[in-house]
Amino acid sequence: MRRVTWFNLCAIVLGIAFLYLPIVILVIYSFNASRLVAVWGGWSTQWYAQLAGDTAIVGAALMSLRVAFVSASLATLLGTLAALALVRFGRFRGRLLFASMIYAPLVMPEVITGLSMLLLFVAISVDRGFWTVVIAHTTMAMCFVAVVVQARLADFDMSLEEAAMDLGAPPLRTFLTVTLPLILPAIVAAWMLAFALSLDDLVIASFTTGPGATTLPIRIYSEIRLGVKPEINAVCTIFIAVVGIAVLVASLLTKLTGARGTSARIEP
Amino acid sequence: MQKFTSKHAETSCGDERSGDTAARPLLRIEGLSKRFGSVAAVDRLSLDIYPGEFFALLGPSGCGKTTLLRLIAGFERPTAGRILLDGVDIASVPPYRRPVNMMFQSYALFPHLSVEANVAFGLKQEGLPRREIAGRVADILAMVKLGDYAARKPHQLSGGQRQRVALARSLVKRPRVLLLDEPLAALDKKLRDATRFELMELQRQIKLTFIIVTHDQSEAMMVADRIGVMDQGRLMQVAAPAEIYQRPNSRWVADFVGDINFFQGRVGDDHMTVEGTAAGRLRVAAPIEAEARTPVWVAVRPERMLLSRQEPASGLDNSLGGTIVETGYLGELSIYRIRVADGSAVKAAVVNAGRGGEPVPAQGDHVWLSFPPEAATVLTR
Repeated sequence: MRRVTWFNLCAIVLGIAFLYLPIVILVIYSFNASRLVAVWGGWSTQWYAQLAGDTAIVGAALMSLRVAFVSASLATLLGTLAALALVRFGRFRGRLLFASMIYAPLVMPEVITGLSMLLLFVAISVDRGFWTVVIAHTTMAMCFVAVVVQARLADFDMSLEEAAMDLGAPPLRTFLTVTLPLILPAIVAAWMLAFALSLDDLVIASFTTGPGATTLPIRIYSEIRLGVKPEINAVCTIFIAVVGIAVLVASLLTKLTGARGTSARIEP
Repeated sequence: MQKFTSKHAETSCGDERSGDTAARPLLRIEGLSKRFGSVAAVDRLSLDIYPGEFFALLGPSGCGKTTLLRLIAGFERPTAGRILLDGVDIASVPPYRRPVNMMFQSYALFPHLSVEANVAFGLKQEGLPRREIAGRVADILAMVKLGDYAARKPHQLSGGQRQRVALARSLVKRPRVLLLDEPLAALDKKLRDATRFELMELQRQIKLTFIIVTHDQSEAMMVADRIGVMDQGRLMQVAAPAEIYQRPNSRWVADFVGDINFFQGRVGDDHMTVEGTAAGRLRVAAPIEAEARTPVWVAVRPERMLLSRQEPASGLDNSLGGTIVETGYLGELSIYRIRVADGSAVKAAVVNAGRGGEPVPAQGDHVWLSFPPEAATVLTR
């Protein structure tokens, strides 16, 4: 039932335009030769070159990458453990509460997460900086990780683990040699997602950051307030590329493992 | 030799084996129970399995046969009772330390590992030298005729090949007991028939003790030395296949294994007849071990029924008349359902081979059924 009608076509074109036109314009203007943002002055890559010399921007970008790397790794570890607990330990006491507490941050407004984090750090008088941003991002991202990994674990054939134990592998070795390799694609996808989420977060980061821990979104936002500079367009373009690739790899991995799981069940 | 002893030593369910010293049980299950909430999946069950035996657990789905298998494998902890392997209680030993291997119904092949790595998995856990692992894996793959498929992944194999990988993987560790959970259920009929023979041949070659779980009675009859028929967590009868078929110990077993006709009546005063059945007074071959007037059932297999157009000469055979209401042609056999005087239907199976020009009985025909006294089994429960 795949028919191309005018209605379908229009819907797709409008939908994609709505989503991607602003981004396309931003990318095009990052190659604008003119200093004036709204005036097209021909193609140029000069803003990318200038960007390399802008230590504040480069520093912020590196900071963002570091935060994203550490928080994505922590979130993946914690989120995977949470998913295992939810799927494997059956109906333990307080399971529903645990599940809803894990999913709550998914729908919680970032402002509230950010503010509550700020209050916590102030209350226990922690100096805000790199680690406070990392902790905040880990908290936010681990629930996304838990959801992704849980989906994979839910259709995991438990008899595979029983078979491994039956063949003499103790529980930990069973997990490392059978379970982990099979859910690894989901874990990698979850890490990518967490990485992308941390990279583009502005709200939570601006609540929890401190001196010397300015992330790229914070830097861009503060520069924008002084007026849109063409360098910012260039930074944003690079950013879009990085996040886009991360999301693409994540979804490819998910699809790949899904396809492998299905093909194993089909009788040739 | 071992097999011969084990096959003939056990005669009925609760048989004491005190006189038989040749066969010490390899696996002894004593009063084993497993409850899930208020449901007893396995209910105070006792069973002895002898070395080298091919034992089948047969029963309808939900009878607890798979739970019993999982208790032996160690995936379930018993609520009560003991599982003795060579006289040692293994009920609390985790599955990875039991010298027992299981072949799963779903095969449970590791999808991320090649055929070779799947089979080698168990040997690696034992920490054997790499060369020995490679040798044993190659041997067992050759045995199941998969030598050329060592590098393939499970999803690149056919159903039958996967089944053999699963078998090889569970055999390569040389377990004391091999447990097979519906090993042939996922194969199509032709392949299943061929694989049954292969399985029997394999078991004979390697002389291992096999316990197979199946709901398919012809499968159990064909492969096993002894069958344990299970219902509601209990063993109803444990005996050799022919014994189960010819001398079932209860109506339930008689009805579950194969087709059967029952005639309810009461034990006659001479203990050699059953009176008041749909077929009148029925003669049996051996004295009935029950009080006169006790209600009993005379059970006759459809293939022991003789079908004729004329009333049989009144001899020793039991006979009754009726009208054919249904006929079923199965190729080698034809099945007839005959409505008899009291309104019940009796089944008769007639071999089609050697039938001459004689017209075939058809629906609506009036016929006579007869069976010799020795074809009748008297059941008291």
